[in-house]
Amino acid sequence: MPMHLETHLRAQRSAGKKLLVPYVTGGLLNWKEAIRAAAACGADAIEVGIPFSDPVMDGPVIQEASLRALKDGATPFGIIQEISTLDIDIPIAVMLYYNTVFRAGHERFATSLVKNGVSAAIIPDLPLEEAGEWCRDADAAGVETIMLAAPTAPDSRLPLVVERARGFVYAVGLLGITGERDSLASTATVLAGRLKKITDKPVLIGVGVSNAEQAYEACKVADGVIQGASVVRRLMESGPDAVGEYIAEVRAAIDTH
Amino acid sequence: MSVMQTPGADGRFGQFGGQFVPETLVPACQELERAFTEAWNDALFREELNHLLKTYAGRPSILTECHNLGRELGIRLFLKREDLNHTGSHKINNVLGQALLAKRMGKKRIVAETGAGQHGVASATAAALLGLECKVFMGAVDMERQELNVFRMRLLGAEVVPAQSGSRTLKDAVNEAMRDWVATVESTHYCLGSVMGPHPYPYMVRQFHRVIGDEAREQCREVLGGDDPDVVVACVGGGSNAIGIFSGFVDTQARLIGVEPAGGAAVGRGVPGVVHGMKSYLMQDEEGQVQEAHSISAGLDYPGVGPEHSYLSEIGRAEYPSVTDAEVIDGFTLLARSEGIIPALECAHALAWIKRAAPEMQGQVVLMNLSGRGDKDVAQMMDVLGKK
Ligand SMILES: Cc1ncc(COP(=O)(O)O)c(C=O)c1O
Repeated sequence: MPMHLETHLRAQRSAGKKLLVPYVTGGLLNWKEAIRAAAACGADAIEVGIPFSDPVMDGPVIQEASLRALKDGATPFGIIQEISTLDIDIPIAVMLYYNTVFRAGHERFATSLVKNGVSAAIIPDLPLEEAGEWCRDADAAGVETIMLAAPTAPDSRLPLVVERARGFVYAVGLLGITGERDSLASTATVLAGRLKKITDKPVLIGVGVSNAEQAYEACKVADGVIQGASVVRRLMESGPDAVGEYIAEVRAAIDTH
Repeated sequence: MSVMQTPGADGRFGQFGGQFVPETLVPACQELERAFTEAWNDALFREELNHLLKTYAGRPSILTECHNLGRELGIRLFLKREDLNHTGSHKINNVLGQALLAKRMGKKRIVAETGAGQHGVASATAAALLGLECKVFMGAVDMERQELNVFRMRLLGAEVVPAQSGSRTLKDAVNEAMRDWVATVESTHYCLGSVMGPHPYPYMVRQFHRVIGDEAREQCREVLGGDDPDVVVACVGGGSNAIGIFSGFVDTQARLIGVEPAGGAAVGRGVPGVVHGMKSYLMQDEEGQVQEAHSISAGLDYPGVGPEHSYLSEIGRAEYPSVTDAEVIDGFTLLARSEGIIPALECAHALAWIKRAAPEMQGQVVLMNLSGRGDKDVAQMMDVLGKK
């Protein structure tokens, strides 16, 4: 069985740490090296993006990365299989669009995740109302389904999202798609605050947390952050060493809390 | 009970449909569903919409019998003339409804995707009329082949933004419009152009277009001495003009035919999948990557289809044959020469099927939805026919 993501994150948090989860597009040139570098430089877990032809929640950087990976022949099962060869000691989640799972079949997909050491899945186009069947199948196979909470959710909705979440609660930092922004949107800490009030599951802010300073800001309220476009851009522009350096920088910033 | 029902809160037509959207958009979709249901049951809203349809869009659209072409093919052929609506296609029916609804919801801005540019032009038109800001996403490839409509949208005061990703056609324009909406959902209504996307769009857009079928059924009964046509035919991209005309005949004995392009045959060649907020037939590979459609007609160049069509196909109530680009070019010139009507390339698909299937329909009454006029396609056809 893969490591249990939520148990691992709770343990890190109990030890007084803020949580850092870098996102890397699977199948992108040097993606495994980037993950190893991030793990060595202080990441608490890794999110691997499974490239999809129509990533509606993603901005230009991750779109470009997905396209490059697909052009290089990346496939969902190919990436998942390669994850099993990573040999790192932190948990791994995959981020993917629902059609990838639907096409493969829930059970087949979930089983393959577990077999290859993947702890959890994030499916941004599978909201609560549509997630029931997948969540049941994922629970049965031992895959933790991370649910997204958005700034637009009314107070009545957040408890339902939190209740269904496994691993951690993904607080969407802003109204919008993935990508770097000049400053941290005020919606990020407001939402994290609303979530922290109603759950003791780890709450991580992702989407629009773009540098060490913003990560520090976000962690004033949240338990941790996901670093997506800022990581993927560095991997495409400069390679895996730059990813490691960046993760070390963010680690240092959030460790001052 | 009618085959075409009001879907429940889960937005399903059989196994198809649903609301597969990012969490950020769920409240907006739910709000839209509430607002639409309320408006649709509000006599004042319906009156306002009908008034616009009548005095601005030019409804009811007429029914034309094609005596020359009918004689040539051995059938009785009627056209429902959506090409004569203001802005030149059926799209205005839906857009006027959604623009009124957007205002009712207090939104100041609409975003839209467009393929052939007809939905974009209709959206820009309604926005100008009702004082809304309007931004239209259009595939870069489509901006080239439908240049005239790009200019029309800009004339009408809309901002037109090229979608540069993927196949740079309709599918990618939908992605861009959804990305915009995720970021602007509080001030903006997404004015979706077909019976696709997340619930309530497939249902709502069908209701706004059912006027086509309701009118046509009455008009047919008048000229046919109370009878219904034997066959009802429309082209299918997302499927809005088809669902509009089908809704008038789904409970009659008429055969319902939705014609897809060979290079974008979602029902014909697709398998169930989930993209753009809905579960429906989808052209995709073994891994679930969406395939790029290829069609001469920008409006039908789409690898998916509205969920209610997937349902009508699955239960066997409607058929979805496909035609090739070459047959479409034939259909385009055929109607022009025989009847003096230049059809949009989209509707030329329906004509192409009618011509092919005519030998098996001898003596039958065929009703076709002429969903738009061909002016927008003339420049592209100059190239196509010039090279022949
Ligand atoms: C004239 C015309 N017919 C049909 C379509 C296809 O859309 P739908 O299948 O929703 O009717 C378009 C789309 O641009 C169009 O312009």
